Formats: sequence, C-alpha cells, structure tokens
Amino acid sequence: MNVVITRRDLDKINGCLKKMVSASSAHSVLLIARSGQLIVHSGDTLDIDISALSALTAANFGATAEIARLLGEEEFTLLFHKGRSTNVYFSALGEHVIMVTLFDDKTSLGLIRLRINQVQEELDQILSLIFGKERV
Amino acid sequence: MPFINFSKDEIQCKIVYYGAGFCGKTTNLQYIFGNTQEDIRGKMVSIDTKGDRTLFFDFLSLNLGKIRGFDIRVQLYTVPGQVHYDATRKLVLKGVDGVVFVADSLKVQRKKNIESLINLAKNLAEKGISIRTIPLVIQYNKRDLDGTDSEILPIEMLEKDLNSMLRVPSFPASALKGKGVYETLREISKLVVKDVSRKILLIDKQLR
Repeated sequence: MNVVITRRDLDKINGCLKKMVSASSAHSVLLIARSGQLIVHSGDTLDIDISALSALTAANFGATAEIARLLGEEEFTLLFHKGRSTNVYFSALGEHVIMVTLFDDKTSLGLIRLRINQVQEELDQILSLIFGKERV
Repeated sequence: MPFINFSKDEIQCKIVYYGAGFCGKTTNLQYIFGNTQEDIRGKMVSIDTKGDRTLFFDFLSLNLGKIRGFDIRVQLYTVPGQVHYDATRKLVLKGVDGVVFVADSLKVQRKKNIESLINLAKNLAEKGISIRTIPLVIQYNKRDLDGTDSEILPIEMLEKDLNSMLRVPSFPASALKGKGVYETLREISKLVVKDVSRKILLIDKQLR
C-alpha cells in the first residue's frame, strides 16, 4: 500500500493551508499521516524538527485513541496543548491524516477552530481522493 | 507504506527496530545518532521511563541521499520490548516498510527472542503484512559478551532458532560498541529502497 501525492493534489492542499494560516494568524499548519510521516506544511515552523513533531503527533493521537476506546468512545477527534508561548491544536482529518496547527497568543483558540472548520470539508475531500486511490 | 511525493521528488520510508526487552534496540539508534553527520540526521526523540526502558518508542530520521532522482528519507523507530506493551508495538508498526529484528545473544534470553519474533509475525499479519515478504534483517546483538562471564548463544544456534525459515540477511553486532550497527542499517535500507524502487516503477507505469 503506497500513498502518492501528485503536484496537483499538493497545490490544492497548499491552497487550503495557506488560506487557513493567513485567516487564523497561526504560525503554521502541518498535515501528518497517522503513520507519523509529514505530508505537507505551510507557514513558519519556528525551526522545529518537523519530522520528530510528526512522529510524536501520530503517537500522541494513537495513545489518546486507546484512552478513548477505554472510555467507550471511538476516538477523540481533537487535542489541544497550551504552552507559555506556543500552543498546539491537533484535529483528525478522516481516518488517515492529522492536522497540526501551531499558534501563539496573538490569535485565539476560537478563531483557530473556526478557520479549521472552514477548510476541513475541502481538505477531507482532497485527502479522501488521495487515500482512496492507494496503490498496491 | 512509503510516502512518495512526486512534487518534491521525495520518498519517506519507515524502518522499525523490533525485539525483546533490553536486547539493544535503543542502543542501535543511539549509536547511529551519535556517529552520523548532523546535516543528514534529525533529533533523536525518546519516550522512555526513568529506568531507561522504552515506554513508547525512539525516533530518528536520516537522509540517505538520492536514488533515481528522489530524496530518500528514512525514519527509524524502536518499539518497547516488554511483553505487556503489545498495543504500543502495534501502533509503531503502522505504515512500516522494513524491520530490523534485534536478537539478544544472551543464553537466558533465548525464549524471549523466539517469543518476540512470533509476536512480530502476528502483529504484521494483523496489518495484512507477511513476515516472509516485508524487508527484514536480523541482528544478533551483544556479541561483545563472548568470553565474559555472561553465557551467550553461538550464532549457529541463533540462526537455527530465528532464521531457519525466514533466511533473511543477519549480522552479529555489538550495538554498545557500534560493531555491526551500520552494516545492519545499510542492509535494511538497501532492501527497503529496492522494494520502494520496484513500487515507483509500478506507479510510474500506472500514472502514464
């Protein structure tokens, strides 16, 4: 099973992410596969090792999914970590992808959530097409 | 599941170091991290307990250079070896492209090695992957204990226990001293890249 991202797919995703970053005043947005691989990112990633961030994000989501199952939930679809200067918001995009938004106190969690909701449907459609044509 | 990004000409592959508790999986990654040029590796991330046992995984990304015009990025993971962390091992195996099975050469660990290999086969099968077809390399670690008070198994016995059916490349090693670490990494990378190259050719044909 392989996932192939063509230039056309990537351009569409980048368009959504750029729109999301500028409308929400977030630092950056990353799309990460549930297996821990970075798909694409947009905005300023603040010199963070984004490969490591991707691996840890997938692990974090996997671990909390187990907590959800213990509580009788299917999954927690979003996670939020508040830091002193940087905050992270994780949201599930379908069953294969996690969206990670890095932002500071210049914007608000409410605005971030609103902007994510606005691009989520469009991204879901693009990603379901990419993952729907996985090649064996 | 390699990620092939035709736009960036980049391929990301995932290699998992698997084996029983305290066999030296983390030590392999630590040696690679400490002896690889900074410009081709990322940070090493470890989620472990205070007793130095891996709680979730270790992670290290490496840039292996270009093959057929594609940048090859390899992500190395370890799993927690302890029996009761099976759910975590399954999570780390998600999307795996190749496995290094690290066997502990200590005689007292013989049964645990076999159990861990069976556990690997079972967990891969749950993801629809056969242990016989996935790129796999076995490493017989802790060979530096030969000649000390700790009794170790001869390579022939380890081969019989673990590799008589699989017949995959195997390497004696001492992860602590670095012997056999790069040989193992080189071989698994070669197998994974070969496997991925075959897939690229197939996909290339499909896309045309």
